[in-house]
Amino acid sequence: MYFGLSEEQQFFKDNVNKFLNDHASLDIVKKIIDNNDLDIKNEIANGILNLGINSLLVPEKYGGLGLDLLFAAAVSQSLGENVAPFSFAGSYVMAPIALSLGGNEDQKNKYLNSIVNNKMKFAVGFSEYIAARNNFGFLFKNNTVSGKSIFVLDVENSTHLLIADEAGQIGVININDKNIKLTELTTVDKTRTYFEIQFEKALVDILEETKSNINAVTRSIDAGRIVLAADSLGASEALLTKAVEYSKERKQFGRAIGSFQAVKHMCAEMAADLEPCYSLVWHAAHCFDNIPDESRLMSCHAKSHVSDVSKVIAKKATEVHGGMGFTDLMGIHYWFKRIGVNRQNLGSPETIREEAAKIQNL
Amino acid sequence: MDLNFRPEYKDFRKEVEAFCNKWKGVYFKNASNSPLLDLTSSGSNEGNKIITRQKWQKILIENGYFARSIPKEYGGFGGENDEIKNRIIASEFAYHGIPSPMSGQGIDMLVPTLLELGTEEQKQKYIKKTLHGEMIWCQGYSEPNAGSDLASLQTKAELIDGKWIINGQKIWTSTAQYSQMMFCLVRTEPEAKKHAGISYLLIPMGTPGIDVRPLIDMTLKAGFNEVFFTDVAIPEENIVGKRGEGWAVANATLTHERGSLTNPNATMSRVNALIDRMKEDTINGIRLIDIPVYRDKLIALQAKVTAFQSNSLRVLSAKLNPGQDVKMAGMIQKYYGTELRHELEGFAVDVMGELGTLYEDSPLPER
Repeated sequence: MYFGLSEEQQFFKDNVNKFLNDHASLDIVKKIIDNNDLDIKNEIANGILNLGINSLLVPEKYGGLGLDLLFAAAVSQSLGENVAPFSFAGSYVMAPIALSLGGNEDQKNKYLNSIVNNKMKFAVGFSEYIAARNNFGFLFKNNTVSGKSIFVLDVENSTHLLIADEAGQIGVININDKNIKLTELTTVDKTRTYFEIQFEKALVDILEETKSNINAVTRSIDAGRIVLAADSLGASEALLTKAVEYSKERKQFGRAIGSFQAVKHMCAEMAADLEPCYSLVWHAAHCFDNIPDESRLMSCHAKSHVSDVSKVIAKKATEVHGGMGFTDLMGIHYWFKRIGVNRQNLGSPETIREEAAKIQNL
Repeated sequence: MDLNFRPEYKDFRKEVEAFCNKWKGVYFKNASNSPLLDLTSSGSNEGNKIITRQKWQKILIENGYFARSIPKEYGGFGGENDEIKNRIIASEFAYHGIPSPMSGQGIDMLVPTLLELGTEEQKQKYIKKTLHGEMIWCQGYSEPNAGSDLASLQTKAELIDGKWIINGQKIWTSTAQYSQMMFCLVRTEPEAKKHAGISYLLIPMGTPGIDVRPLIDMTLKAGFNEVFFTDVAIPEENIVGKRGEGWAVANATLTHERGSLTNPNATMSRVNALIDRMKEDTINGIRLIDIPVYRDKLIALQAKVTAFQSNSLRVLSAKLNPGQDVKMAGMIQKYYGTELRHELEGFAVDVMGELGTLYEDSPLPER
């Protein structure tokens, strides 16, 4: 029995960390965002992809590494820790899982191989399946779709779009299709981008298996949630570290503010709240591949609980920094906002808890 | 990550499960004699499984479900310490609602200390009786002016004519009124520095000069006591470790302190009990479980307890895999478990509304 990241998983995680430390410091992330510098952004994205991130979850049969979700969770933790300007959950976690489970042999050969050699990249629009807000849901009809998906992940640099209709069918749409309209949304989190996409009788290649069962869409969402939880976990870890460091450096009344119990206890509480989240996320990722009976519930618990803990840590870590906490100079807000968006992606905690109750037939 | 246990553990779990099924509903006839015993009474007397607490203790030891790794000669089971088996026992007992072994200061803290630092005579004299529930201990540490700063304690003992003569006062002494013995920290070297002047003594509670005064707490029971010592004389050999080494002896004990609050499986059993209740009880004809506000809070708590369970697996893993560093995971358990339990029980009271305020001896309205 061993509970934790394996050496290989830790190695993968460290590699991503090292690359980001070397090439995507907060200063660089700020530069990318302030100047909308897509060249540097793409350079960083390519660097991350060169570590093998794109093929992580693609089965070996289709040229991928065929690793399990715990690898992806470990990577995601590093991305969140460094507020990496890189979208991972949709294109490189949800897409390969949806395609692997939903596609027929032809579709898998066509799409999965192309993910591995970077010929294709998939944006993911599953929000309407999770909870169709204001009746924005849609159903595929005769291999076409009309309607809109209001919060599509990872559109940047994507060649294709993966959308789920209300029935849980998943379809592939070419991003250059004349019958779709892309509108970039501006969220609080500028490290990643989100789009609203409208379809007017756009052509859909429906993944064969998803016509008869929802396994592909639910598994894909479960995995996405775990990986987003890992991202928030990494971001929270970074915030806690920063808060503790700051409380040791910053002096008031002639002593480090960390020596005051009001501040010290706040840090200790953050640590106590966060610590079990590592185990929960890793456990959920492990269940995803190895313990199917518990997998769905664990994924719900991981996403909703880590979202709640991270929200509190974002607030407290900002407070420990005093007024500096909400300056752009200090940059705490990058982590704060990333946590804020992760929280809503693929279902808010309340939405997910209702799902968790239903999974248990409550 | 590898959550598989060796096949032998599967068999062991089955064995424990069978034991639990056999003893479901076991009830103690002397349950009201002491709060210690109350703690673990199962509350059902169906099936003629009424036995004494001591007998239950004996059954557990014979089966290796308690005192597993303590040598037979000292009254234990005499097996090897096996963290996974300990876990299996604790989780199956919690799941089936089987009463745990007796706990208390003697079993949890004194026995490990004697095993580590006691003389052979002390081991022979005290361990077996303590394990078998025949000798109850209390812990004489805190004093009115020595709480968090325990090492500033002032109760003194002087060695006169081969006897320790003890004078002073202890407070917050759990179960003192039921105890035959006390392990106690006293100042024996008044000239030495704070920590170096303390010794660890074993005091028979029947010795003349000991006055136990119960402290009634908010539950209207005497969970604690004040204990006064006036010229209490005990034999010189009733010391663990050497004179002035009591602080080190006590610290060896503190590392053995455990609590049910750190057992996430027991907490999950409470969640499951609450879920059952919420499925049965209604407000205006709506099941509590179907009321969205309660439903959401319930699942949020369930997620938190799940996180606690995962954390606990990580701590277990570090025990089995030397070198695995789990840093904070072990350290937070007591704090996290306590806060979590408070949150859970508070929510349960809210869910039950006015019924949640009823005291344990109140009649319950029929459903």
